[in-house]
Amino acid sequence: MAGAAPQHDYHLVNPSIWPLIGAFSALVMAMGGILWMHAPAPDADPAGAIDALGALGFMSPLMMHAGWVFFAGLIGVLFTMFSWWVDVIDEAHEGHHKPVVQLHMRYGMILFIASEVMFFVGWFWAFFGAALFPASIDGAEAVFPPPGIEVLDPFSLPLLNTMILLCSGTTVTWAHHCLLKGDRKGLINGLWLTILLGVLFSFIQAYEYVHAPFDFKNNIYGATFFMATGFHGFHVIVGTIFLAVCLIRAYRGDFTPKQHFGFEAAAWYWHFVDVVWLFLFASIYIWGSAGAPIH
Amino acid sequence: MTDTAATPAHFEASHDDAHHEADHKPGFFVRWFMSTNHKDIGTLYLIFAIVAGIIGGAISGMMRVELAEPGIQWLESWAGAGGNEALHMWNTLITAHGLIMVFFMVMPAMIGGFGNWFVPLMIGAPDMAFPRMNNISFWLLVPAFLLLLGSTFVSGGTGMGAGTGWTVYAPLSTTGSVGPAVDMAILSLHLAGASSILGAINFITTIFNMRAPGMTLHKMPLFVWSVLVTAFLLLLALPVLAAAITMLLTDRNFDTTFYTASGGGDPLLYQHLFWFFGHPEVYIMILPGFGMVSQVVATFSKKPVFGYLGMAYAMVAIGVVGFVVWAHHMFTVGLSLNTKLYFTAATMIIAVPTGIKIFSWIATMWGGSVSFKTPMVWALGFIFMFTVGGVTGVVLANGGFDDIVHDTYYVVAHFHYVLSLGAVFAIFAGWYYWFGKMFGRMYNEFLGQVHFWLFFVGVNILFFPMHFLGLDGMPRRYPDYPDAYQYWNEIATIGYMVMAAGMAVFFVNMIWSLFAGKKAADNYWGEGATTLEWTLSSPPPYHQFNKLPHID
Repeated sequence: MAGAAPQHDYHLVNPSIWPLIGAFSALVMAMGGILWMHAPAPDADPAGAIDALGALGFMSPLMMHAGWVFFAGLIGVLFTMFSWWVDVIDEAHEGHHKPVVQLHMRYGMILFIASEVMFFVGWFWAFFGAALFPASIDGAEAVFPPPGIEVLDPFSLPLLNTMILLCSGTTVTWAHHCLLKGDRKGLINGLWLTILLGVLFSFIQAYEYVHAPFDFKNNIYGATFFMATGFHGFHVIVGTIFLAVCLIRAYRGDFTPKQHFGFEAAAWYWHFVDVVWLFLFASIYIWGSAGAPIH
Repeated sequence: MTDTAATPAHFEASHDDAHHEADHKPGFFVRWFMSTNHKDIGTLYLIFAIVAGIIGGAISGMMRVELAEPGIQWLESWAGAGGNEALHMWNTLITAHGLIMVFFMVMPAMIGGFGNWFVPLMIGAPDMAFPRMNNISFWLLVPAFLLLLGSTFVSGGTGMGAGTGWTVYAPLSTTGSVGPAVDMAILSLHLAGASSILGAINFITTIFNMRAPGMTLHKMPLFVWSVLVTAFLLLLALPVLAAAITMLLTDRNFDTTFYTASGGGDPLLYQHLFWFFGHPEVYIMILPGFGMVSQVVATFSKKPVFGYLGMAYAMVAIGVVGFVVWAHHMFTVGLSLNTKLYFTAATMIIAVPTGIKIFSWIATMWGGSVSFKTPMVWALGFIFMFTVGGVTGVVLANGGFDDIVHDTYYVVAHFHYVLSLGAVFAIFAGWYYWFGKMFGRMYNEFLGQVHFWLFFVGVNILFFPMHFLGLDGMPRRYPDYPDAYQYWNEIATIGYMVMAAGMAVFFVNMIWSLFAGKKAADNYWGEGATTLEWTLSSPPPYHQFNKLPHID
């Protein structure tokens, strides 16, 4: 933008429409979610739900299709992310990512992961609060897991999942070493393996959710279990997509042994997801299920 | 070792460059809606904060006229309903006032506004590290604000709006407020939180990686230090709030029982999570003010700030200790004696680095050539009033005493002394200090002084009596009170009017100055103003520092 050629290596980014579109897509998504959560049941009288909208009553026609509003917003957000990162990759190819700019990205990614860690601190806090200081429910014994809860056997599928994630940590490192040596074939193989292990993890996790002997609703064990492992599972899916993007970029030949921060960020993220799982496995699956009957 | 290492002489060359060649601005839509320019985004934040401040301030005016006399005066006509619906409106007003002032006025003004404008300028950087992400930090605030404002017009259960207080405690916010209003407020906080986390990442990266050659961390201006510490608090505290309010959302809508005792959950969990965020949040609101006051006091004393390193690390200490004092907001929930002892002691420790700051500001003025221009009187007002609020903070830190005054107007008085008379005074100090630098025209000094004195007198008449009301046992968050509390409530409402008159002067001054103010020189404060923004034109070129300055 500047007339004079800057005598520094920083990247002065061109104006972009994506922040605006992304922010308002988030608004559509939020409003869609709110309408969806408050939509009347299909066979119920909608008067009460419409009345609750008050001055936003003009949105009541949307309320019957609020799921679509939510997904429209979600698509807007996803489209923004896609287009934004396409721009970032293009800028990298145009040579804007000088070493100092790459350093910015490293800091940015580390700080983002730090904030993610604190997000999980919140969920672990809820879990340990309930597990260390169990409350009596309806006069029953105050223990955790609460009376009547059957738990998953931690040394069955959860242990397998632990091995899968640990293994995927090694395959992503394998891919990284191949990349550093300029071995694109090895990079692609390592990424394929990592992604497949990630997908496998997600499938096993979904299988366990479907067959879990406790409910998400109305009990603290299910609430802490499903929300903590569920957010972790969501991060696994995000990380898998991140790695899949890296795989596509590896096929395109985007990465060089010298410059491949997109891959490194994905690998860092993957390791973060891995470490969170180890804490979940040790505390929720093993320690937190001790004493309860195994399903 | 001062924060005044750079002098204009060091890089006149880059200054000239900038004047001639880097001032091509894009068209209106691209410039203001697609911006990647830290100064324009800072201006957007400031405009946003002013709009939010008008709304939040008007709400406090509504509360003050309702409280002017015992009995319900206005709520029924405002709510268009009687009984509990009218009373619920009170809850909606206090909630909206708190959330707006915290998330949509103070934070956008200090961090988004002044932080965006002056962190890159003060460290000699051409822009922020992530200019495009900077813009989504701003634009996420707009949907967040729309959600919060919208929530006041939809059902909160008992009446219109989210009536949970800014703390959104369960179970009032779960089973106690069934309508969609609280969900809108929760998602508003999610978006505002995402905005702040992205902003924090941006500031930390910028400050660590984009300092001009030679500007070590220990040469960084104190305002930059303050934003750095604030950004870390944001980065680490806000995700915990996100988790807490996500649990609220699932408890409300998907039948989880995080905060429901009948399902094995615990409403106190919410308070712990909230205040683990909430206490760092109060430092988030004051630390950038500390930074601005340091710049202003040094400038108008024509001396480098006293004890620069002590000042910087005092802020770091406040930030660190601020994470381990949260339960002093929860002294009356049934904490064990040992827990109360710990949180009392830890809280009092914060007074030590805070005292370092107060005394260092005074020592900066000591023996200085002090001039009492408008920014300086705001900074002095800040030091005086923040100290009052700090002292009542030490009083409240005592778990035993807090048992008596918890949830009374004593607490309201305390946190308005540190916010309305602390954070807000610092914002005005920064506003007048940098007005000419940002907009190229000088504010009117006479009107600035009138604004200060009306505001200063007004807020003291408004908030000081609240100490008495609180010690007499008047509980907060009620629209009505016994006759015994009438005297000081009437006086407080008169104080609001005086304060509002001061704000009228502020707006007159701002509009007059933007169009007819004297053109601002590059360094209109003279020799006391030594940080890098004063080496640039007023306003600075669209892209400054094409050639990076070197700091000796």
